[in-house]
Amino acid sequence: MSPIEPARAKTAEVERFSGWGNHPVVPAKLQRPERRKGLRPVGASSLARGQGRSYGDAALNSLGTLVLTERLDRLLGFDPKTGDLTAEAGATLEDLIEALLPLGWFLPVTPGTRFCSLGGCLAADVHGKNHHVAGSFSAHVRSFELVRADGGTAWVTPQEDPGLFWATAGGMGLTGMVSTLTLRMKKVETSWMSVTHSPARSLDELFDLLDDPVHDAEYSVAWIDGMASGSSLGRGVLMSGEHAAPDQVPSGRAALDWSPERTKSLPFSLPSWALHPLAVRLGNSVYHWAQGRRGRFVCPIEPFFYPLDSIQHWNRMYGKRGFLQYQFVAPPETARATVRTVVQSLADGGYGSFLGVLKKFGPQGEGLLSFPMPGLTLALDVPMRHGIEAVLDRMDAVVADAGGRVYLAKDARLARAAFERMYPRLEEFRQVREACDPSSRLGSDLARRLGLA
Amino acid sequence: MTRGPVLILGAGSTIARHIGLELAQKGHVVVLAGRDTEDLAASASDVTIRTGRACLVQFFDATLEGAGRLAMEATERETGPLEGVVMAVGYLGSQEEAEHDPDEAAKVMESNYTAPARALLDVATVLESRGGGWICALSSVAGDRGRHSNYLYGSAKAGLTTFLQGLRARLVHSGVAVITVKPGPVDTSMTFGMGKLPLLAQPEEVASRIVEAIQRRRDVVYVPAPWRWVMAVFRLVPERLFKRLKL
Repeated sequence: MSPIEPARAKTAEVERFSGWGNHPVVPAKLQRPERRKGLRPVGASSLARGQGRSYGDAALNSLGTLVLTERLDRLLGFDPKTGDLTAEAGATLEDLIEALLPLGWFLPVTPGTRFCSLGGCLAADVHGKNHHVAGSFSAHVRSFELVRADGGTAWVTPQEDPGLFWATAGGMGLTGMVSTLTLRMKKVETSWMSVTHSPARSLDELFDLLDDPVHDAEYSVAWIDGMASGSSLGRGVLMSGEHAAPDQVPSGRAALDWSPERTKSLPFSLPSWALHPLAVRLGNSVYHWAQGRRGRFVCPIEPFFYPLDSIQHWNRMYGKRGFLQYQFVAPPETARATVRTVVQSLADGGYGSFLGVLKKFGPQGEGLLSFPMPGLTLALDVPMRHGIEAVLDRMDAVVADAGGRVYLAKDARLARAAFERMYPRLEEFRQVREACDPSSRLGSDLARRLGLA
Repeated sequence: MTRGPVLILGAGSTIARHIGLELAQKGHVVVLAGRDTEDLAASASDVTIRTGRACLVQFFDATLEGAGRLAMEATERETGPLEGVVMAVGYLGSQEEAEHDPDEAAKVMESNYTAPARALLDVATVLESRGGGWICALSSVAGDRGRHSNYLYGSAKAGLTTFLQGLRARLVHSGVAVITVKPGPVDTSMTFGMGKLPLLAQPEEVASRIVEAIQRRRDVVYVPAPWRWVMAVFRLVPERLFKRLKL
């Protein structure tokens, strides 16, 4: 008579619930299975939610139920010959790093936080600083188990069911609930990074750095000062890195080690005056000074990939009103002009940004709704303030005209018409979805906003 | 550091799974025992991948005759003599339902008292004859005082607590430690959806406190610790008043 899953899954009702951006805030009905067999669509509309690290309304379902996967976090198998790791979809990237980095295996692709679930990474088809050489997350997923809208399960591989596989990769959870997945990990010799910081005084300099093959490293991303204006507009730092060789490991330290800094927590939301543009500008200048002068150095994996993970709830720094993150990509032909227009418009409007991240993407993957495509991607945090929505609507038009697109995992406000101009394989996605969820039992606030469900 | 093997009876729960992880991290070979061996195999893989330590699975159904003895024998054929046994069998059920459904009531009483106590008698006999080892059983703060809202579960846990008290006194002479754990509400499927509960603990945190208690061979621990004082106050309220409290 071991404890068993209760016959009736219990539902918790929460008044205020949101994604990582703390905007929008909606009521939610939650279920949280502790075993895989409890992961299934419920009621008229439901959606699996992992760690809630998408920013907007991708993991919200105010008209239905959210099935939390956080308790489905077991690591089920690891093959040290291939690096194939099978785990339940609620396991986080942190779980994988903690278990496998000491053995010499790292994530093939990682976003800027390790606190997201594997299911979430697949649903958003996340990318990392190595997109130009490694592609996005789904390129390293060998197979997954999907609980379909009708409750049946299917093992999905890109070989046997490419339609369903590539609709699920980047499909924002709308093709079913991923219960387990197999990811091919990547062999590393050390848990250290050899990093180079190259400062750029203007946007043009930064573009040139990004295009210069001298700076071709396995990982590269530029930080950009979202507040600088005039001739300093778009100044920033290109950060490139490689996994360090054993002889580069600082003496006295283990080559393979995972001992992240103890995380500090931002215990409450900061008041809105903390976001005064001057404060932001000051913060940015300090950061610019600190980063631009460090040149080449070796550091552990954690600060290179996850600089913000050391402060839990850093999203609270944007106060109770929350923030939007605006991330888009524009193809090579139009990339520079588009990035310039967006940075300029936001700087002119005084919509301050602590964090601007600029990266050059590699080839497009197969995911029907996957975000990455060749070109430049820019991500900016924008605090929620009066008038911001109109400014971003204009930016959507600029991005769509440029042949680019906005990242759904960050989005809370894109209009359906603009969305439809951005994702050329949308019709294919809709066809797969129609076939696997004809009565639309899977849904999210994002899906309804964009006409996906 | 390698330590002796540990058998976890009723290892299917989230708390028990984390106790297994924690024990493996401390160097024990862990055996997960329960009815759903397929699910336990997944938990065992998880323990092995995360800790690099072997973790085995054993069928165990506390309601069957001789379940404790059989599980222990089968386990020891693989692992050699056990260092300790964790009893994590339990079932909250529904008080409301149990009041009208004798089968549900019997299930609550059996899962929380008679079945675990019976299995522990088997375990105790073996450890006693060897003159060493430990038994750690999960009771509950609910057993410290009967309340309107869960007295069936509470009374069964009270029975288990008292049983463990007596067992401890019996086994102290043969060097076997008996550790009674009384968790407050833990954030698992048992409590999910009940709204904001006071001192709600996370299963990982509870598991780590339990393993600490095992290592220190404590007699009785409340988890989290403040429950000791909360329950001490609770027990002092005169029955004449207590019976009218909506608890």
